[in-house]
Amino acid sequence: MYPENFRYTKEHEWVLVEGSAGTVGITDHAQEELGDIVYVDLPKVGARVERGKSLGSVESVKAVSDIYSPVGGEVTEVNEALADAPETLNRDPHGAGWLVKLRLTEPAEVQDLLTAEDYQEYVEAEK
Amino acid sequence: MSPTALRATPLNSLHRALGAKMVDFGGWDMPVQYSGVIDEHRTVRNAVGIFDVSHMGEIEIRGPEAAQLANFAATNDVGKLKIGQAQYSGLLYDHGGFVDDILVHKVAGDRFFLCVNASNQEKDFERICSINRFDAQVEFASERYAQLAIQGPKAGAVVQKLTPVDLAAIKYYWFADGLVCGVPARIAHTGYTGEDGFEIYVAPSQAERVWTEAIAAGAEFGIKPCGLGARNTLRLESAMALYGHEIDASISPLEAGLGWIVKFDKGDFAGRAALLRQKEAGVKRKLAGFEMRGRGIAREGYETLIDGSPAGWVTSGSPSPTLNKNIGLCYLPVERAQHHPQSGQAIQVIVRGQPVDAVTVEIPFYKRVK
Repeated sequence: MYPENFRYTKEHEWVLVEGSAGTVGITDHAQEELGDIVYVDLPKVGARVERGKSLGSVESVKAVSDIYSPVGGEVTEVNEALADAPETLNRDPHGAGWLVKLRLTEPAEVQDLLTAEDYQEYVEAEK
Repeated sequence: MSPTALRATPLNSLHRALGAKMVDFGGWDMPVQYSGVIDEHRTVRNAVGIFDVSHMGEIEIRGPEAAQLANFAATNDVGKLKIGQAQYSGLLYDHGGFVDDILVHKVAGDRFFLCVNASNQEKDFERICSINRFDAQVEFASERYAQLAIQGPKAGAVVQKLTPVDLAAIKYYWFADGLVCGVPARIAHTGYTGEDGFEIYVAPSQAERVWTEAIAAGAEFGIKPCGLGARNTLRLESAMALYGHEIDASISPLEAGLGWIVKFDKGDFAGRAALLRQKEAGVKRKLAGFEMRGRGIAREGYETLIDGSPAGWVTSGSPSPTLNKNIGLCYLPVERAQHHPQSGQAIQVIVRGQPVDAVTVEIPFYKRVK
């Protein structure tokens, strides 16, 4: 369910780090909890985001949720396709539903995040 | 509040078995969705959905002067009700704000059945008792009733399969007592979705049976269980007030666009004097509908601006699954809230710190074709 090569936060975001580049998204559990996602608000390319700080927001029919950046860095790419097809986040949260790509300030930060196994346990315990 | 302190309806374990997502709704452990809010919403608009609304409260008024008490408690004219008829009404404080919005059913000349909001039921009961200077008894009856709402264009077809009562004879906002699935029930042709439908009151011990048989009877029409998420988007499209949002103790019916449930000429009622003063002085703010023009979804509590100045607040906001627009209700200064059919009033909604353009529109946003 949760890709082994991703790292996770307790706020239900994931990051895939490749060298100094990171791809960030929300987890399957997050999309499940949110329900039908209808709106995604993302930063602009070039914006600097801090670890643990709001990166943007996703809205379901019911409510708004902040997305907290799992790592710090500069936004290099934004998933523009989500503007017209926010439901992609429900369908494929770990793939086509990625949110932003970052140039990481401190790639080592990722070591502090949960592994897939830890995250799975965390989600199970939350239920 | 710890999860164990939440109140549960008789169908709680059934919802969990169906895989519903459960939430704390005003102290009740309730299903917010099953298949998804949008899917459930469309199912009700196009076919039929079933909702467990057993958290709703029931209060009964009986006795020789039951009609006098009911009419004094309600803003609408209970005296106009025939036996078997239901009426939407306000229950007010002396200052004219809402204790609750209620449905009054006339069961007999000396017996009235009130359906009230879950989280208000205790204070509703206390309020009615406190204004009871009549020869009437007020009973807190919520423990005796579960309530299932079957709503949508196919609702009648589903319910008719479960009851010998001729539903075609029950006009909109009328009700009948009879058997549903072989158990005694009150079948009301009422609803909170803007769609045709029925609200069925049964003993809590019978709720699971009626639910299960309704699901089976509705299979041919594509019935789906629906949660409070869809109930909210459905009522919002129909611009029906939700207590705690459009109406509360600080809001009067005249402000909420509910002047039609206030009958000044019927005689005295709780809150009448204050409402009359407000009517003579003129209300300062009024509920208005709007749709977003810019990107963003208005949510409850968001502030609004007109020409850069604070204008009021959003009471409810959501994407509208039927209209594919982001809609909402808000309070505006009265002179701005009057709908201009041609253009509407340009407003801005502060969405997470950013002003986003919106425009007032006529409500309800959605009206079913009858």
